[in-house]
Amino acid sequence: MMSHVRATRVLPGFGLSLGFTLAYLSLIVLIPLSAVFFKTAGMSFDQFIDAIGSERVVASYKLSFGASLLAASINAVFGLILAWGLVRYTFPGKKIVDALIDLPFALPTAVAGISLTALYAKNGWLGQYLDPLGIKIAFGPPGVLVALIFIGLPFIVRTVQPILEDLDAEFEEAAASLGANRWQTVTRIVLPTLLPALMTGFALAFARAVGEYGSVIFIAGNIPLVSEITPLMIITKLEQYDYQGATAIASVMLVVSFTLLLIINLLQAYTAKRQGRTL
Amino acid sequence: MSIEVRNISKTFGAFKALDDVTLSLPKGELIALLGPSGCGKTTLLRIIAGLEHADSGSITLSGRDATSKTVRERHVGFVFQHYALFRHMSVFENVAFGLRVKPRAQRPNENVIREKVMRLLDLVQLAWVADRFPSQLSGGQRQRIALARALAVEPEVLLLDEPFGALDAKVRKELRRWLRRLHDELHISSVFVTHDQEEALEVADRVVLMNKGHVEQIGSPWEIYNQPATSFAYSFIGNVNAFRGRVEGGNLRVGNDLLAHGSQELADGTSVIGYARPHDTHILPEFAGQDGIVARVNRILTNGAVSRVELIATGECRKDAPEYFEVEISPAEIASLGLEAGKRVRLASHKLALFNDTTQGRIQ
Repeated sequence: MMSHVRATRVLPGFGLSLGFTLAYLSLIVLIPLSAVFFKTAGMSFDQFIDAIGSERVVASYKLSFGASLLAASINAVFGLILAWGLVRYTFPGKKIVDALIDLPFALPTAVAGISLTALYAKNGWLGQYLDPLGIKIAFGPPGVLVALIFIGLPFIVRTVQPILEDLDAEFEEAAASLGANRWQTVTRIVLPTLLPALMTGFALAFARAVGEYGSVIFIAGNIPLVSEITPLMIITKLEQYDYQGATAIASVMLVVSFTLLLIINLLQAYTAKRQGRTL
Repeated sequence: MSIEVRNISKTFGAFKALDDVTLSLPKGELIALLGPSGCGKTTLLRIIAGLEHADSGSITLSGRDATSKTVRERHVGFVFQHYALFRHMSVFENVAFGLRVKPRAQRPNENVIREKVMRLLDLVQLAWVADRFPSQLSGGQRQRIALARALAVEPEVLLLDEPFGALDAKVRKELRRWLRRLHDELHISSVFVTHDQEEALEVADRVVLMNKGHVEQIGSPWEIYNQPATSFAYSFIGNVNAFRGRVEGGNLRVGNDLLAHGSQELADGTSVIGYARPHDTHILPEFAGQDGIVARVNRILTNGAVSRVELIATGECRKDAPEYFEVEISPAEIASLGLEAGKRVRLASHKLALFNDTTQGRIQ
């Protein structure tokens, strides 16, 4: 007779923790999100296409996803430089600068929106100098970008910083001893090592930017077809008691965001695997 | 390439890592920088490489002053203790790195690079891992790849910082032999840092013994082991029994005991340390006479052809931190002396090396 050996685990509680994880995730994330799709499912196909495909809504997709991607890219570059400065050099007030990075996390987004608007408006501190040059930031797409850069910055800095701190000087010394100049060392050794963390930060900053509402609303100007973001379109539908229209747009946002985040995560897993790390 | 180190000093904050070190290392030899941790050996190696800059002094490589040159300009190969292999590159790309970053005019073409990298991987007997990533290799394999990578740029001198420090004992021993063989094939001037005296004495042509930021002794492994020049050299290399005391005529007074030092012309009252190797130390019965230091047998280790007897000094002043002695004798002697744990005996030596305790200089 074959004896059946039950697989035992060193760490007990697998069933319990998996069950808890799934139940919690369902309660907090999946059930509310699925409500979006259920509500949408009440529409006919033509109504659905109408809701998600109207000219204003399509323009808002372009602005929301375009500005979010651009803002996350800009943050990836400058956030990396900031993290580099904070990790590699000591300067007076470094601790304060380090604490300032987190401010966009903590600040109510409306406050950020109002202060950015005050700064960049035609008569604002910065706007008054930019306006004569023909540069209009507030009340237009550039304003949206500025707000999204502001709220996304901490994500990049905080994900890259710990990896950079752990990056041993030995790797750079090794590269230099093999004849690499500073540029080659940074582009071939440092950046590839930071890439997975940078991608995580990028994904977080992007996701946050897509969903951002409070700060953008004040500075965007909300001109139809020009500077309306998708979350605003959802609010607008809600205000008109068009709940199905609102959830239809929301479901498009969900699918697109999920797809983009999945792609970023897969890319990240691929680079991490290539570097021989386990996730 | 010969290496000239002149009057190099380096401090880190209040800590003096190197204190006026002068060295001349001839071409083509395999040299060990040996010393306890914190003695400045790694700092000296990094200064030779150009990874660290000295506060004062100069470095000359092959007769050319290199003091103000960067590590890129010095043409040295550097091997790190923890390998420092680039994790995101395959083994092949790691070894090829030094060739790929050469200025365009000097950069070999892809075929030449491939041929050269594979030749180096053959040399370190790891051609079969070319496509793997460093994380898929064992420690010993990683260190060999690190060596191949350093050799790819044809350095004039190879510097290795505790190359086997992170490996387990068996792999260390293998790699040690292998490094020696490699050096005999390539004859590239090499300097390696180690705190392991066995490693230094076994592998190197010449050993530089360092302590507290200065050089204690330079010599062949034979000289270092058999003719230690300083008190430190004697105590650091090999196992040794130390007897610290004052001269009283023909004897050394150690606590309440007397030990014949067998030397003439020593002023009474001089503070000295006498050293004796375990195989030059004998055990006498406790009541055989006046000569010898009284000690108690602690353990008898009988694995091997020679037995080792571990003893504890019985002097009253050393109760808080017991002082251990070690004697190597034949199992027959153990039997004839009737040694067992707890038995009190006397220790003496006819080959006592005496050093002045204040000046650390050798007396005899």
